[in-house]
Amino acid sequence: MKWDEFFVTGDPLIYGADVSIALTTAGILFYLTYFKKWKWLWTEWLTTVDHKKLGIMYIVSAVLMLFRGGVDALLMRTQLAVPEAKFLDSQHYNEIFTTHGTIMIIFMAMPFLIGLINVVVPLQIGARDVAYPYLNAVSFWTFFIGAMLFNISFIIGGSPSAGWTSYMPLASNEMSPGPGQNYYLLGLQIAGIGTLLTGINFLVTILKMRAPGMTLFRMPMFTWSSLVTMVIIIFAFPILTVALALMTFDRLFGSHFFTLQGEGMDMLWANLFWLWGHPEVYIVILPAFGMFSEIISTFSRKTLFGYKAMIWSMLLIAGYSFLVWVHHFFTMGSGAVVNSVFSITTMAIGIPTGVKIFNWLFTMYRGKIEFATPMLWSLGFIVNFVIGGVTGVMLAMAAADYQYHNTYFLVSHFHYVLIAGTVFACFAGLVYWYPKMFGYKLNERIGKWVFWLFTIGFNICFFPQYFLGLDGMPRRVYTYSEESGWGPLNMVSTIGGFMMGVAFLILVYNMYYSFRYAKRETHGDAWNGRTLEWSTPSAMPPFYNFAKIPVVKSLDHFWRQKQEGKVEKLTIKDIKPIHMPSNSGVPFIMASFFFIAGFGMVFEWMWMGALGLIGVFGTLIYRSFEYDDGYYVSEEEIIKTEKISN
Amino acid sequence: MRRLKPFLTFGVIIAVFMLSGCSNMVVLDPKGPVGEQQKDLILYSIGFMTFILLVVYGLFAFIVYKYRDHKNHKGYDPDNEGSHLLETIWWVIPIIIVIALSIPTVKTIYSLEGPPEETKDQKPLVIHATSVNWKWVFSYPEQDIETVNYLHIPEDRPVLFKLTSADSMASFWIPALGGQKYAMAGMETELYLQADEQGTFEGRNSNFTGEGFTDHTFEVHSLTDDAFDKWADETKSGAPELTKEQYDKLMLPGHVKEMTFSSTHLEWVNHADEADYAVKTRERLGYEPKVPHSKEAKEERKKLKEEKLKEEKQQQESESHGDSHAH
Amino acid sequence: MAHAETHDPNTPLEYRSETGRLNILGFWIFLGAEIALFATLFATYMVLTHRIADGPALGALFEVKSLLIQTFLLLTSSFTCGLAIHEMRRHNVKGLMTWMIVTLGLGLGFLYFEIQEFLHFIHEGANIGTSAAWSGFFVLVGTHGAHVTFGIFWVIMILIQVARRGLTPATSAKVFISSLYWHFLDVVWIFIFTAVYLMGMVMQHG
Repeated sequence: MKWDEFFVTGDPLIYGADVSIALTTAGILFYLTYFKKWKWLWTEWLTTVDHKKLGIMYIVSAVLMLFRGGVDALLMRTQLAVPEAKFLDSQHYNEIFTTHGTIMIIFMAMPFLIGLINVVVPLQIGARDVAYPYLNAVSFWTFFIGAMLFNISFIIGGSPSAGWTSYMPLASNEMSPGPGQNYYLLGLQIAGIGTLLTGINFLVTILKMRAPGMTLFRMPMFTWSSLVTMVIIIFAFPILTVALALMTFDRLFGSHFFTLQGEGMDMLWANLFWLWGHPEVYIVILPAFGMFSEIISTFSRKTLFGYKAMIWSMLLIAGYSFLVWVHHFFTMGSGAVVNSVFSITTMAIGIPTGVKIFNWLFTMYRGKIEFATPMLWSLGFIVNFVIGGVTGVMLAMAAADYQYHNTYFLVSHFHYVLIAGTVFACFAGLVYWYPKMFGYKLNERIGKWVFWLFTIGFNICFFPQYFLGLDGMPRRVYTYSEESGWGPLNMVSTIGGFMMGVAFLILVYNMYYSFRYAKRETHGDAWNGRTLEWSTPSAMPPFYNFAKIPVVKSLDHFWRQKQEGKVEKLTIKDIKPIHMPSNSGVPFIMASFFFIAGFGMVFEWMWMGALGLIGVFGTLIYRSFEYDDGYYVSEEEIIKTEKISN
Repeated sequence: MRRLKPFLTFGVIIAVFMLSGCSNMVVLDPKGPVGEQQKDLILYSIGFMTFILLVVYGLFAFIVYKYRDHKNHKGYDPDNEGSHLLETIWWVIPIIIVIALSIPTVKTIYSLEGPPEETKDQKPLVIHATSVNWKWVFSYPEQDIETVNYLHIPEDRPVLFKLTSADSMASFWIPALGGQKYAMAGMETELYLQADEQGTFEGRNSNFTGEGFTDHTFEVHSLTDDAFDKWADETKSGAPELTKEQYDKLMLPGHVKEMTFSSTHLEWVNHADEADYAVKTRERLGYEPKVPHSKEAKEERKKLKEEKLKEEKQQQESESHGDSHAH
Repeated sequence: MAHAETHDPNTPLEYRSETGRLNILGFWIFLGAEIALFATLFATYMVLTHRIADGPALGALFEVKSLLIQTFLLLTSSFTCGLAIHEMRRHNVKGLMTWMIVTLGLGLGFLYFEIQEFLHFIHEGANIGTSAAWSGFFVLVGTHGAHVTFGIFWVIMILIQVARRGLTPATSAKVFISSLYWHFLDVVWIFIFTAVYLMGMVMQHG
């Protein structure tokens, strides 16, 4: 590595990014210093172990990553709008689609959902925090640092360019030399640690921290979906950890797992990657399903249809998710038997998913549907996700897949499931739980504009891509010829893409607008909700969530209480001191050491990698010797916070 | 009704797309029996999918319209929490659909493993297709000839492609003739294809292989049996012999123009057995992979770009020259 | 966060605090993830085991003596670790410390012989870059060895804490969790012993 190559140079787009990054950083530093916010930042956010604040930080990071991934997407769409465009060269385009895919899945979709899970699940089960609040902070900071490490690649050293799937031997030293691919390996590895810890944390939280009376079959559907998701994380993420580690060994230490030399096996990478990768798809879709269940039930003012079937179908999907990975490479020539088996298991996933769709439809049946923005996103989900679903079944038919594979048909399919499923859910959940997080709703009128613009743009962008795929347009090409005839549909697609971009900007504007003008909520039940998170007296729950832990008697306990007019009022008698965990700066510091270690290994400066790792172990030891049992919130403080007057 | 309007418009758009597009989309307009089988399967599945979409959208429109919160709302039943009958129905129907789709899928999967039914008595023509970043090398062992970046095949005769790669994992795909299969170093995969008519088809690598991936393409010329034999004979007698030195140069990453030889590289290497041949050759020839953002790589990219522009310009000039000549 | 403590004398110390109970459950789940991790490494090793390129075959270099010593040391350490927990249940800090130190000694012995064995292999021309098979071997067995190393440091840290604070619900939960970890590594070794060494040698000589 030569020092003059440390920073990526020579591209106006990247210079522009450099300038904007420098300006933004300077702006933030100025703001923090001028308004004396450093202490506030440290005590309220960097050291917090409060699940709600961590959740908000997850969501803020995810929205930033959505912006980054979205800019990547629009750059690609610009390049593809017309044939033979010269806007991006091949290498640049490859870097952009690689970072787009990786960021959207790992650093946008997952943290967005995990953020919502963080905010909502402890409240939904009537808990004061998660099982391991400290570990929760470690999870967030490792994710955040992993994301940052991955993101700086485009200004320092160069981005990875072997695709988010990073197939070997393309991603090997021989064909993708330099720091780019190392960024991918280490960024994902560090973030993956956080995800695995989240998996353990929330599994134990949901199993052990539920309010009295909340049996498993009285849990809200979003909590159920989170539970199932955590189980998938726990078994899927170690596979990614190993796969990434093996490729890191191949690149940094000369091993031969996936290389051309030494009889390495490139197909092994594909298998390991998708053994994690397919469950990963369900990690980002099941919480979405859970959210839609909550929202559809809430705004239909009706109990969820087929509650148990919803749970069983989710468990089935989770089990199946580990049995279908081969469908990502039917074309590898595994033979008729293997392809037949995996075709059938893959199609079979459609069965429980179809059941869920009908259950959602019949949740609305005989309901009283209110078209609030979260509900619009949920309705949009049903309509659009079904298209993604049926094309998924088409792709599952291996013999036909030979023609769809690696084409825009596939690209369109997975955007129809990931955007109409996950992204719609993120938006729906964000709008739905916004008053829980910030004490006011996002403006509904602007919200509906965002919904329509985004949904219509989404369809204009991706629907034509099915036809481009059937017309033989492969994915990941940076340009195409005039004679191919793919020009017009690509232009249409690009227009749709920019509509989605505008919709995103309006969404951000809505956050600003609502911050300025929205009416502040006066009570905790913004949407006439059904589950415990809406039962807190104040719009934003205090840091201890519940002054008195509720006792649950049925599914949708809070809704039933309201129906029967028996919502309990808090009295002074109920107030007892509450035990809470102390804040800690260690997770942030530990993650910073991870950054040093990761950055060192990216550039193969092993001394720096070792230094960072020593720091990580140092913080582990420090924490081990720290006996901080937390503290008690006094009765007076609770009474003051809850504004109990009698 | 106003709410449904976008969906209706959307439906109309779908219909327009479908009607205008289907007939000339390459996958749905195959030129051989393999692609034909796949097209049949695709259309069969589209039938089912349309049915599913209609059912879901129908129910959706009905329920959302009827039970929207409005003045004369009727039938509100907040505790309606399930129905065994209904739930059984929507467990059973998808199961039936999956079975209905599985049977032809499995049949087609098995059928595609061998040569097409109608020509299975014919001896297939064997062609070794080798992917090297970013070119395709085709060896005809029986004819003892080799081509680069183009293919000649006889019509109405099954062709057995033996696929492998010298480096990255590629995917051999001629959409007009049928589905793709991966070509991997140290592996040999087999793919049967057949053309039922004469003509020129686009073939390509569809699996991302890095910088030159987009132009990792080749042309397929389907000829009559006689024309094919004639071409093979002429090539055998007329084309130069492939030397090891020349072949080793092909191992370097990059693009080359179409080439023809009267011998094959299979004489000294089959990449299906020797996965590291290309990497070792590159090392021997002193090739060093460049970090994409290093000075050298940038200069190389700039040079390639200029060359391409020059080429395009020349082409334009020669075209306009040709035009004026025709006048 | 709940903070209920149980004072029932029949409940083992490590289960008395809510934190202790949660941590132990969480660690069991973590071990589930570890199983997935090692399963992946085992699968990788199995797939690559015959891909020896120009290098020596795996089984050809395995030595029974070193293998048996390593196995004996690690299995015994698991036993002494169990004895340590037994002493902990009897509130015998000294017994706990003694047996844990014996455990660590055996663990160190195991590591010594493992490193010797690795050096021997490297000397014989088999390192991580020799072939896919040897990459698989070194990373699988090495990951286990790294776990043992980590475990030794971890247990030392915990023993220091026990020495300073005595047996409390918090320290005993830590000791108990580290013992779970230690037993787990023992189980993994049994699989390595069978799938890597025995099968390797059988393939070579059988």
